[in-house]
Amino acid sequence: MKFLPTSDADRAAMLGAIGVSSVEELFASIPSEVRTTPNLPPPLSEIEVRRLLGSLAARNANARNTAFFLGAGIYNHSVSAVADQMLYRAEWLTSYTPYQPEVSQGTLQSIFEFQTHICLLTGLDVANASLYEGASALVETLLMASRLSRGRTRAVLSAGIHPEYRETVRTYFSNLGFTSVEVPVGSDGATDADALRAAVDDDTFAVAVQSPNFCGVIEDWEIGSRAARKKSALSVAVVAEAASLALLAPPGERGADMACGEAQSLGVPMHFGGPVLGFLSCREEHERQIPGRLVGQTRDAEGRRAFCLTLSTREQHIRRERATSNICTNQGLMALASNIHCSLLGKHGLREIALQSHAKAEYLKGEIAKIPGWRIPFSAPTFNEFVVEAPGPAAPLLSRLAGRGILAGVPLSRWEPESPNRFLVATTEMNTREEMDWLVATLKETA
Amino acid sequence: MEETAPSTPDRLHPEPRREPLVFELSGEGKVGYSLPPLDVPGTVAIPQALCREEIAGETEITEVEVARHFTRLSKLNFSIDEALYPLGSCTMKHNPRVNEEVARLPGFAAAHPLAPEEVSQGALELAWRLEKSLAELTGLARVTLQPAAGAQGELAGILMIRAALAKEGNPRTTVLIPDSAHGTNPASAHFAGYKVRELKSNARGTLDLHVLEEAMTEDVAALMLTVPNTLGIFENQILEIARIVHAKGGYLYCDGANFNSFVGLATAGAMGIDVMHMNLHKTFSTPHGGGGPGAGPAAVTERLVPFLPRPTIERRGDGTFFLDHDRPDSVGRLRTFLGNFGMFVRAFAYISSYGNRIGEVARGAVLNANYVRAGLADVYHLKYDAPTMHEVVFSDKKQTAYGVHNMDIGKRLMDYGFHPPTISFPLIVHGALMIEPTETEPKPALDAFVAAMREIARECEEDPAIVTKAPHTTPVRRVDEVGAAKNLVLRWKP
Repeated sequence: MKFLPTSDADRAAMLGAIGVSSVEELFASIPSEVRTTPNLPPPLSEIEVRRLLGSLAARNANARNTAFFLGAGIYNHSVSAVADQMLYRAEWLTSYTPYQPEVSQGTLQSIFEFQTHICLLTGLDVANASLYEGASALVETLLMASRLSRGRTRAVLSAGIHPEYRETVRTYFSNLGFTSVEVPVGSDGATDADALRAAVDDDTFAVAVQSPNFCGVIEDWEIGSRAARKKSALSVAVVAEAASLALLAPPGERGADMACGEAQSLGVPMHFGGPVLGFLSCREEHERQIPGRLVGQTRDAEGRRAFCLTLSTREQHIRRERATSNICTNQGLMALASNIHCSLLGKHGLREIALQSHAKAEYLKGEIAKIPGWRIPFSAPTFNEFVVEAPGPAAPLLSRLAGRGILAGVPLSRWEPESPNRFLVATTEMNTREEMDWLVATLKETA
Repeated sequence: MEETAPSTPDRLHPEPRREPLVFELSGEGKVGYSLPPLDVPGTVAIPQALCREEIAGETEITEVEVARHFTRLSKLNFSIDEALYPLGSCTMKHNPRVNEEVARLPGFAAAHPLAPEEVSQGALELAWRLEKSLAELTGLARVTLQPAAGAQGELAGILMIRAALAKEGNPRTTVLIPDSAHGTNPASAHFAGYKVRELKSNARGTLDLHVLEEAMTEDVAALMLTVPNTLGIFENQILEIARIVHAKGGYLYCDGANFNSFVGLATAGAMGIDVMHMNLHKTFSTPHGGGGPGAGPAAVTERLVPFLPRPTIERRGDGTFFLDHDRPDSVGRLRTFLGNFGMFVRAFAYISSYGNRIGEVARGAVLNANYVRAGLADVYHLKYDAPTMHEVVFSDKKQTAYGVHNMDIGKRLMDYGFHPPTISFPLIVHGALMIEPTETEPKPALDAFVAAMREIARECEEDPAIVTKAPHTTPVRRVDEVGAAKNLVLRWKP
């Protein structure tokens, strides 16, 4: 086998050095009753692996072979060739968590830079080295807020937060004695600010609002921070479309204590939903309660700037059941991809991507609104995604369009069975006017 | 940037240029991207109050400088492609490159998890086939692929156990965990709402059946056991352990971080294990990526199938695949979408490459670990001498006599061109040096590693300062980790 480098002669010499006559002898401590032989097909060659995986890949519609308008938490933004090719480098790909800083300065400095990008984008003081993805990032952020509250048990969530994020919160909260209360979005698609304020009580440790919310509507972070301040709770800004951070007011400047969510939009391919890139940032006074890996700047023995993992006494390998979280790995390679992306695009490019994504959505929204029988149900401003109401059920329509090479949107029926005709449409800098016009023309035909 | 010059300038070996932060390379007016001209009106339909100013401090830099910066940074990293990386418990094995190639096919990398099922059949079939392969290799009924990493796999497993017990009427209060376990085990049990009771290991380094029997009450939901354990020792009484746990109505959870030592040769199901998580980035060779992404599928016995996280991947009678969200007893969702699908692609490619010969992975891993043990057992102390599986845990007991500690030995290994072993874990071995060579190390590499470790042992006796002041040849000298925590600097500031 080409991944197994021990020759027969080597094996014989090694067995001799160990003092056994066969490899099988080394397995004597495994009871014979539990030994098995797997019922798997014979090994495949590299050519056959390419063929098999190639045939499976070929059966998936994707952003390269369709007119593509899917979002709902995963977006088709551009990824530069530099970023992807850099990830092939063995020094990035085949290293591990930088436990040993003297031989891991590359990874450590890159994470330090990633932490800085997240701070600049969210307007907050400090960020961690990344988390698994958006939903568990929200959970970790809420758990952090609960620790800071010392004993409060309730989180108030806007129902505009991604439904899979809210479902994940319920899973994690179910056995920890915490509850989450959901405040509905109003008829314009934005969270009802008064209802949000009213939902906060003395037992509330956090108020979380997502912007753009799941309907694509831009929320004002201040509704969350005002509601939280009323009872000295912490305000959590949730971002599922991180490209928006380059155009919209950053959470830290509008009263949010913490920001978290999904940064896949910043340089990570869609990967059928994962791996993606969770993030968390917060104010300096809360930094010692941050979950997950953190990289700090320090000095080496000769006084030179160096980086290392820090505050590890918060973590599970030291504190075990009293740790701030059970997480061990971050999303190292995805954080690197995002660092490269943000560095290349920088101050102006990130903003231009946000502006283009928004302008294209405005154009498409305007064109769809003109089709007789079709409606844009929410009036509040949106960023690059919006809800469309079709004249009939959306899911079968979207499947038909998929067959014609248009992935036109995500039906809302799974989360809102009462709105079978509604679906989400997203645009990015990758969409052309030509394909948007094609989508509109096709929708007209079906009407 | 503020930096002090090295104390002893050497004209033959001038101090290499330090790599600045990417922000420090920025220069006004530089551009590192190109976008097509906007082909629709440049409308901004957002109230001014909800918009930001420019992102102060963000970069302005060209592609040339970015490519150089990240190439230079990469060279400061040690990697498995460079040399043996014996980080115990992490299974740093070779990552087959064809797996990287196929994971980047647009049908995987540019596919969206919410595209209609009819046009996502290849992705769903891949996930379904990976689940079937992992079920076969664990001897268990079904597998959730959703957990993003091993720790989340642990949480998923304990949550399923809790849901099953709750459905029977009593979720119970306690999870038993041996003192040799990974720190994630107690942390995951805590986040599933359980108290943790630690079990003291016996003189062999494994679970003491009397201790277990005494602790295993009807208040105990599960025993979380690492098999083989973190000392690299197989729990040879596993069947008896399972019997004791099951007799009290509890569940046996297996931390499968060390699956590399028995994959394809034995199954968790046959051992009486009810749940086992696996780390695709360990046993199944998806790259570690400088610390993630991982993937932590959890396999379960038939009794726990109703409680699997939502959604599950199912096959209809006509051979098509779909996601089943309608699972009323499910523990719910642990994250968005299906999981780290890109890692599924790599792991499936890996399993396909080995097929029914995957047991050779375990054979090679155990052979290599025992060879290293044989080469070092006379110079490093071995607290537990039970048979070694895929990793061996020495200690610094003999070297502390010369004032040298495990960390120093690890740092000195860097000068010999190796990554250090895992240091100071498991906690039950004072001064631990946990060595896991993996099956992808050729004999000459193992010989070189053993020679380096022996040389360091000699240095400890003859010239301990060279070890305690190590490393001497790395891009930076010993890093002040205490100072980093005391004086927190977590970001660059404009």
